[in-house]
Amino acid sequence: MKKSKTIKVDYLARVEGEGALYVRIKGGVVEDVKLKIFEPPRFFEAFLRGRHYDEVPDITARICGICPIAYQMSAVHAMEDAFEVKVEGQLRALRRLIYCGEWIESHALHIFMLHAPDFLGYEDAIQMAKDHREIVERGLRLKKTGNQIVSLLGGREIHPINVRVGGFYKVPDKRDFIDLREKLERGRDEAIENVRWAARLSFPDFEHDYEFVALRHADEYPFNEGQIVSNKGLEISARAFDEHFIEEHVSHSNALHCVLKGRGAYLVGPLARYNLNFDRLSPLAQETAREVGLTEVCRNPFQSIIIRSLEMLYAFDEALRIIDQYEKPDSPSLEIQPRAATGYACTEAPRGMLYHRYRVDDGGIILDAGIVPPTSQNQKTIEGDLRQFVTGRIEMPADQLTLQCEQTIRNYDPCISCATHFLKLHLERE
Amino acid sequence: MKALLIGIGNEYRSDDAAGLMVARLVREKAPERITVREAIGEGTVLMEALKEAPTAILIDAVCSGAEAGAIHRIEAHDQPLPVKFFHCSSHAFGVAEAVELARALNQLPPRLIVYGIEGKNFAAGVGLSPQVSEAVQRVAECALEDLKQS
Repeated sequence: MKKSKTIKVDYLARVEGEGALYVRIKGGVVEDVKLKIFEPPRFFEAFLRGRHYDEVPDITARICGICPIAYQMSAVHAMEDAFEVKVEGQLRALRRLIYCGEWIESHALHIFMLHAPDFLGYEDAIQMAKDHREIVERGLRLKKTGNQIVSLLGGREIHPINVRVGGFYKVPDKRDFIDLREKLERGRDEAIENVRWAARLSFPDFEHDYEFVALRHADEYPFNEGQIVSNKGLEISARAFDEHFIEEHVSHSNALHCVLKGRGAYLVGPLARYNLNFDRLSPLAQETAREVGLTEVCRNPFQSIIIRSLEMLYAFDEALRIIDQYEKPDSPSLEIQPRAATGYACTEAPRGMLYHRYRVDDGGIILDAGIVPPTSQNQKTIEGDLRQFVTGRIEMPADQLTLQCEQTIRNYDPCISCATHFLKLHLERE
Repeated sequence: MKALLIGIGNEYRSDDAAGLMVARLVREKAPERITVREAIGEGTVLMEALKEAPTAILIDAVCSGAEAGAIHRIEAHDQPLPVKFFHCSSHAFGVAEAVELARALNQLPPRLIVYGIEGKNFAAGVGLSPQVSEAVQRVAECALEDLKQS
């Protein structure tokens, strides 16, 4: 069989940012797979140098409009690591709460607006809304409640301004949660329905023996804290990230590829968190997972829409738990004494683990910054999935194969804007 | 319900702030019966804001290839917004998607006017290009005129 085929998608739809896909098949074999990211680099790490540590949460929040909380959280935890400060009690709980808000916002956007049209056979959510009004409206309601959490704690729903090193600028009173609580309860019921709906979609038969990497905490499903672990024996603290992971430049992408040294590609995000932390989900989330037929292991990336739905349910459940136990702390933040040091942190962005590293001087001025977003970490795995997926379906009609390749990328909810980095690169455009 | 004007943009991306600047100008001159808001362009927030308004005006910077400062006026209750037109931001669910999704769900205001101001410079930084600055003044006047009829 001497057949040559090229799959090219010059502008990927329904992903955050600008990217393209290139797959070359020759003689029935996949010869080349490239996920191209041509969004120009944004130099965030370079312009953090020389800035005061207290500006970091507000500057890094600008890296992404979808997951600003993740950037703020990794930034403040890294700074607190450098200054040997530990935020605990209700302030820590409020950080988990605002993270719940972001997971709900981000997962709802991806599930309903970006991913669902793939499964239901529509070009986009607008077309889908005409036939599946209820599903789209449910997505919008769920997302709105996530927005409300982030607005309440962050001051506004995008690029929040209330997070600081040591805590918050202002914390809510208990009564501020009354209206939100009611919406969260309704949202939690809808989120259960949503897991059931997602589980009824049909999924391509596809699995891979990934190395899943996520945080793992002693007793919580991970947001802000935990050891970096994998299903293949990795167990390190964020301080050891640079010893075990390395970012590589590849010529076809403006985003660096992050790999495990000596081991290669790995997967971060909902699927990794779920596989490594099933036992840390709330009883309700675990029970719902079992009800829809999930086991503790899920290796099909197309099913990430169920896992995201399940994580969204968990976020509603966890937000309610935090609100019910909330007592207003005496002070909105801890006092910070800058010192010359390097701080490291990983937190779990909706799309996966997000690493920050800052070296600061004794006046709290940043000398050097390093940021590794989840999409950089998943790029190599996405290309691996594409290779495997196309290899098993070489004979599929080109238009269908192209669509399913795009879906393979969207399984990861890639945030291309976040992933573009500061390296000097030749800009590749098609 | 009051008539609504929303200026959309990112203050720190040069000409992208055009919509916000129009909102600020209109706020100074607008009568009481008009609500003026600023937004960053997140789709679901826009949809929520539009839900109850009898008349709404959205203003955003665009990059369609026209000359800097060119003004596009679309009666969006009547005609669809070109999705690519408003894609200055990399967000997958922005202004055009919000308006079109609201249309699909029958949630559009009876009267919705969208102004696009053609930007030139979207780099990080503060301040509008001179042509865009002029267009901001003109759009503010046009929007006030539109709102007289509401």
